[in-house]
Amino acid sequence: MYSLYANVIAGGVLIGIVYALIALGLTIMFGVMRVVNFAHGELVVLGMYIGYLLWLSLDITPVMAVPLSAIIMFCVGYVLQIGLINRFIRRPHHAQFILFIGLALIITGIHMLVFGPDARSIADPSSFETYEVFGLRLDAVRLYGAAVALVMIALLLLFLRYSSTGSAIRAAADNQTGAQAIGLRVNRLYAVTAGIGVACAGVAGTLISPIFDTQPYLAGELTLLAFIIVIIGGMGSLMGALVGGILIGVSESVAALLINPAMKAMFSYGLMILVLLLRPQGLFGVKQR
Amino acid sequence: MSQPKPLLQVQGITKRFSGLTAVSQVSFDVPEGKIMGLIGPNGAGKTTCFQMIAGAMKPTQGSVVFDGRSLDGLNPEEICELGIARTFQVVRPLQEMTVLDNAMVGALLRAPSLDEARDLAASTLDQIGLGAKKDILAMHLTLPDRKMLELAKALATQPRLLLLDEVMAGLRPTEADEVIAVLRKLNGEGLTIVLVEHVMRILMSIADHVAVLHHGELITQGTPEAVTRDPRVIESYLGKGAKHGH
Amino acid sequence: MNNATTRMWGGLAIAFFAIMAFLPVVTSDSIIAVLTLIMMFAFFGQAWNLMMGYVGQLSLGHGLYIGLGAYACAVSVGTFGLSPWLGILIGAVISAVVGAFVAWLGFRFAVKGIYFTLLTIAVAELGRLSFENWSFVGGNAGYFLRVAQDTHPLLSLRGGTTFYYFCFLVLSILGFWGTALLIRSRLGYFWRAIREDEDAARAIGVRALRLKILAVMISAAMTSVGGSFYALLSGSLFPDTMMGMRFSIEIIIAPIIGGMGTLFGPIIGAFFVIPINEISNHAAQSMGIFGLNTLIYGVLILMVIVFLPDGIWPPVAKRIERWMKGGASS
Repeated sequence: MYSLYANVIAGGVLIGIVYALIALGLTIMFGVMRVVNFAHGELVVLGMYIGYLLWLSLDITPVMAVPLSAIIMFCVGYVLQIGLINRFIRRPHHAQFILFIGLALIITGIHMLVFGPDARSIADPSSFETYEVFGLRLDAVRLYGAAVALVMIALLLLFLRYSSTGSAIRAAADNQTGAQAIGLRVNRLYAVTAGIGVACAGVAGTLISPIFDTQPYLAGELTLLAFIIVIIGGMGSLMGALVGGILIGVSESVAALLINPAMKAMFSYGLMILVLLLRPQGLFGVKQR
Repeated sequence: MSQPKPLLQVQGITKRFSGLTAVSQVSFDVPEGKIMGLIGPNGAGKTTCFQMIAGAMKPTQGSVVFDGRSLDGLNPEEICELGIARTFQVVRPLQEMTVLDNAMVGALLRAPSLDEARDLAASTLDQIGLGAKKDILAMHLTLPDRKMLELAKALATQPRLLLLDEVMAGLRPTEADEVIAVLRKLNGEGLTIVLVEHVMRILMSIADHVAVLHHGELITQGTPEAVTRDPRVIESYLGKGAKHGH
Repeated sequence: MNNATTRMWGGLAIAFFAIMAFLPVVTSDSIIAVLTLIMMFAFFGQAWNLMMGYVGQLSLGHGLYIGLGAYACAVSVGTFGLSPWLGILIGAVISAVVGAFVAWLGFRFAVKGIYFTLLTIAVAELGRLSFENWSFVGGNAGYFLRVAQDTHPLLSLRGGTTFYYFCFLVLSILGFWGTALLIRSRLGYFWRAIREDEDAARAIGVRALRLKILAVMISAAMTSVGGSFYALLSGSLFPDTMMGMRFSIEIIIAPIIGGMGTLFGPIIGAFFVIPINEISNHAAQSMGIFGLNTLIYGVLILMVIVFLPDGIWPPVAKRIERWMKGGASS
């Protein structure tokens, strides 16, 4: 039975990396703009539909579709930020929440109108391949998904660390008013950040489109998943998103094997509640007032 | 014959934030019915002391005793019920409520019915000269009136001790004089007052006793005359040519 | 608000509810069914509004209390043979206690803003998952109430379309007047003060923690009563419909669009929201077009929160007030 557990855990790590990408998008928007994107899951699903559409029309695998998906979703995020979200940065939290609920409903409504409520799956032969790696049997889609997600995460980290825009974004994250005071064009930075955040969500969605069936109502679960990871890992912490994502991915896979899947969800929520109460900054976050 | 216990006894209060000591071992007593001034440059720790006395912040060390009773572990609303009311340095009116309603929230602490609270609130407002404006929304008031409203909210709770945090800041000399007159009247009726102020003129004219804070430490205390002549005070505070707001 | 204005609004409210009470005489059953839904969502909206509008805490987990009220009442009647009135009471008490506990946890551990909202979501989801796995209440397969025996509707609380319309109409009236009384009471002053500036309120003696918990308890109990009636009305209960996030979000759309923190807002909002739902369902069934209601709700919410953050009702109310004052002699 060793190999079964090992396979399951490995699979969990792989999907966890993609979850981490989802969480990363959420956490970066919070870390830089203090914006809580409750429509994040809907954006992931949008990425899923993009992957599905590109596969359907151009016959390209989701992995190949990632660059296009990333560009589209970046633009979506950029435009949303400039057009809409920017006015809400200084408004009270509940107003932001309501804004995103409205956005989420609109996105889901559009999905339903265009694609209908039924699930769509990508029945491509490549979806069923498996590889033998170090004695483990891994799904090709998960392997590719994790690999692309890792590349994207690495690119993001490099961008934040070494580019001038990236450094400016990090500065704005550390100190909102300070950044404005020294003349950084904050609005443009925020738009780029939103673009990145939404691109992460969208790419992750494209990567999971061959793994899970695409349907509008998946969005709610995905939003909550992203929040659980980000709360446990720490709001605004990139490391937290990565570690949290893998943690949740593994626990989800192991729990599905061992116990009732519903129990797994209860465990995640229970953990989130404990973190909210006792250590709201999560594993890696910084304590805020 | 032994003197009665002071109404307020501040005993060695200290407040440390990670790495920064805002207040260090501050002790002073305030006898009942007196007016005490707390003075010092910006950042000296005056507001932090008030926050510790009023329960908005817990002292890292030390304690506060009010009328013989320790205030350890009590929260702001409990301390207010015991009889200490405070105003905020940056005034915090209840914006979308009328002046009268603002005062009523305070009055409801003591008055058992809405009507009694209304009467108490109205008379408090009249006492400090805001009576005519009672139906105006707080957010439409001018700054001097907001300061008076801040005072009214606190007074409506019928405190025995009133903590005033720079209530005169931003007021013109004539307005400040009106406030001083009101405070004198209230003090005459038995209200004990501790006030934080920058402006020495005010403290000289109203305070019985002054304590001077600098860098979180109490460097001296005494009558206003004695304090203004103290070389340490002149050096650290007055010597900076501090003449705020005038 | 002076006495003349209060009397005017009171009069308008009475007129409105009188019309609503009279409507079943002149309309068909299918319209009454829609009106019942409107009244139900108006009532849920009033309950949620209490917590959001007056204490400023955004709860997205109110579905939990709907479910608790629904299951408590249904199980009391169906499994234990108790009177539904008792079931409603049991549900309300359970919900009040759960609400108080969650609120206490949140406030005591200083869980603020979005974290508090996430807490309400997590608790509601935990509740839903627990019920899905609890065979005693039927789990995922559902719990079903048997058809009513031949007893008087007021005893069994089972009846026809018109009966449930009046149930929810009465609830809405009670909710409206109860909320109005609460706002004008001591509690109302304290709650408004807490909403404006909690620290400033505490500095003048307002016992914020207790009062916020009380608001949550009342809101939860009210929601629970609505849930109980909903269970009696529908006869079949499933955890994911009763306690799901979908319901939690649906019940906040009306008060948000209508106007948070106002008395008429939730009712006006419900009059917008439910007909949209009906039109959308019709489009789905007859034309195969899905998601219209979701899309329209989203657009409406967006427009309200961007342009009319206080909701549709307050600007309309101001116009009405000015018009009435123009006509009245003073």
